[in-house]
Amino acid sequence: MGVSAGDVHMVGFRSDVGDSGAVCVRGGGTRWGVGGGPDGAREVSAPVGIVTLDPAEMTVMVGAGTALSDLAGELAIHGLEVGMKGPSGATVGGVLMVGRSALRRRRVGTIADVLLQADCVGADGVAFTAGGPTVKNVTGYDLCRLLVGSLGTLALVGRVILRTRPVPSRSLWLAGEVEPERVLDATYRPSCVLWDGVRTSVLLEGHGEDVDETAARLALLELSATEPPVLPTGRGRWTGRLPSGGVLEVGSGVVHQADDGGPPTVSDGVRLLAGRMRASFDPSGRLNPGRDPYRVAA
Amino acid sequence: MRRMSGRSRDPLVRALVSALDARRVQTGDGARRLYSRDASVIRGGRAGVVCFPETTEEVSACVVASLAHGRDFVARGAGTGLAGGAVPCDEPVMVVLTRMDRILEVDVSRRLAWVEPGVVNLDLSRHLAGTGLHFAPDPSSQQSCTIGGNVANNSGGPHCLLYGVTSAHVLAVEVVLPDGEVVVLGEEEGDSVGYDLRGAFVGGEGTLGIATRICVRLTEDPPDVATLLLDFMSVGAAADTVSAIIAAGMIPAALEMMDQRVVEAVEPFVNAGYPTDAAAVLIVELDGQPSGVADEIRRIEELARAHGARSVRVAADEGERERIWKGRKSAFGAIAVIKPDYYLNDTVIPRTKLAEVIERIYEIVEEQDLIVMNVFHAGDGNLHPLLLFDAREAGVMERVLAAGEEIVRVSVAAGGVLSGEHGIGLEKKRFMSLQFSPADLEAQQRLRSAFDPVGRANPAKVLPTGASCGHVTSLGRLPDGVWV
Repeated sequence: MGVSAGDVHMVGFRSDVGDSGAVCVRGGGTRWGVGGGPDGAREVSAPVGIVTLDPAEMTVMVGAGTALSDLAGELAIHGLEVGMKGPSGATVGGVLMVGRSALRRRRVGTIADVLLQADCVGADGVAFTAGGPTVKNVTGYDLCRLLVGSLGTLALVGRVILRTRPVPSRSLWLAGEVEPERVLDATYRPSCVLWDGVRTSVLLEGHGEDVDETAARLALLELSATEPPVLPTGRGRWTGRLPSGGVLEVGSGVVHQADDGGPPTVSDGVRLLAGRMRASFDPSGRLNPGRDPYRVAA
Repeated sequence: MRRMSGRSRDPLVRALVSALDARRVQTGDGARRLYSRDASVIRGGRAGVVCFPETTEEVSACVVASLAHGRDFVARGAGTGLAGGAVPCDEPVMVVLTRMDRILEVDVSRRLAWVEPGVVNLDLSRHLAGTGLHFAPDPSSQQSCTIGGNVANNSGGPHCLLYGVTSAHVLAVEVVLPDGEVVVLGEEEGDSVGYDLRGAFVGGEGTLGIATRICVRLTEDPPDVATLLLDFMSVGAAADTVSAIIAAGMIPAALEMMDQRVVEAVEPFVNAGYPTDAAAVLIVELDGQPSGVADEIRRIEELARAHGARSVRVAADEGERERIWKGRKSAFGAIAVIKPDYYLNDTVIPRTKLAEVIERIYEIVEEQDLIVMNVFHAGDGNLHPLLLFDAREAGVMERVLAAGEEIVRVSVAAGGVLSGEHGIGLEKKRFMSLQFSPADLEAQQRLRSAFDPVGRANPAKVLPTGASCGHVTSLGRLPDGVWV
């Protein structure tokens, strides 16, 4: 794909969203059922393509409809990545709206840390920008964090600026029958630690010699090199007990399991505040009317 | 004089006394004057009754009493803010949180701690000594500022280049909402459930509610740390080196720049060995595992020399490291030898524009016949031009303000933003429309209104469309101590 985007100024996107009638953005549709379905809302597409990529700034501006794999491919040419991960075919906007952090969050940060600026169309059909283009910014309210994980219920995102990061020079998965705490004690900031109740898997990333040195230390705990794990596709939240076949992502509260668990319980006060937030941004309830971020498994 | 409020005829004061006690509800002129300002240059604030709650329930009671009597409320920590966020307008109830200063729980294995908002930033890291963990946000005011204030301002600091600003280190927060209800936003572990209301709350500058308990993420101490001092014969060469380091795919733990005037002022105090004839120095800190650190030292030295560095010094031991940092962190104490007063700005620009924008800042300041010193977080493009002047000089304030405004305009025009870590408060709300369209600001108002539908929480701050604060003066006599 080229480093240019159609609909750079989001004119078509804004016009597609319009100012009336139930509407939603369809990305790759890879997690289309998360938080409920579109409920008959008109489907529009977000702009596709990389608008600007400046490795010296470590930021990239990209249409929200761009496939995450396409963006990753382009960034990899420059030795960069974004701290996001999604199923094959997922779009940048879709992954942000679902709001699940990458498996490597211990290294790359949570998905909320990735989004610097979002060009949106609000429920009233008016375009607005959340956040700012620089890597550091505390100007005004942090709308970007509010948008991540909102399932498109507060505004529809057309274009974003993301923080990029250098790709580590070496990555190595190790696994062995040992408690995760012992692995954590023997490592410095591993990128991921997984525990299936018997075995702990750990992802080491960084400078080659540091990875080798840590791997040698972990060999004493009988961890050995392994392929990247294949995780079950369902999700639940860690409650202190691992379900059968489940794998805990240590420190993230996420359990990868066969089927999605129920949504976590939320206090009445938080529910009320969330309801006010949704009504404040979308008083007529036209954005993704069938979806509820509080109906998501984990 | 401290006036006891036990027998006040003001029904608001009586309500507050019954919720707290007379000792912790102060109405005297002394307390009201003391709490009418923060560390910003803004003067003329007017505090109403000053309360010192000690529990979440008491904070909620303060809020409820304020609402019941039709008064605004303003939360306040140590008052080290630089944008006037805690400066009271129209005699609000001041909710001072410094008595809520307990570290409630430290969970080393899960790398988190619950603290009250009045805990001083550095006290938490001191408390954690020996655990191998620390609290990463390190604003230069960290020996005084509170974690509640860090949450309100989404504070930064030199090491936020690698580790991120406060929001990345707050897992959950108990909040007294502006209607007095208490909620916990965020989770100890994992992505937000539903909307990221915790993320929305952090950086709210006291306009979205009051944090009463904060769950912070603790960061592992790095096994190896190296501090480098690089010196250059031009600011442009130093700025280009910053860009080159980032472009080469390295993110140092910290990457700070000081220009010649700062170096000249600081060196006699700290004897860090800064070259006083250099146009600029860079402090680069690298941390992590030893091989990665050693490799980055080598690569940065090569890049720096290719961009004209005159010397590259790696601190040989902890003492040398501390001296290098002491110079950086005490820069603002050293300037009194040059001028008695200063105004500190805070903007962010794309880091590739550092050389051109700094050059422009020198021009702006010269046009206004002022002196500027630059000491800032170069690695993330966070500028802190420090304008020096003598407030007794007639007409100087106008020139300081004009220069400050032009610096903001130049930063935004370069593709930057109004604030990187100090926030908007009162200081910059008139500039919000430089960066944001009316629709952008309306979206921000929607967020605020969801938290505070009646507009009683620190209403005169952040958004230009909100309540005004007509009686404050934008610049008065400057504070004795200020940090960046």
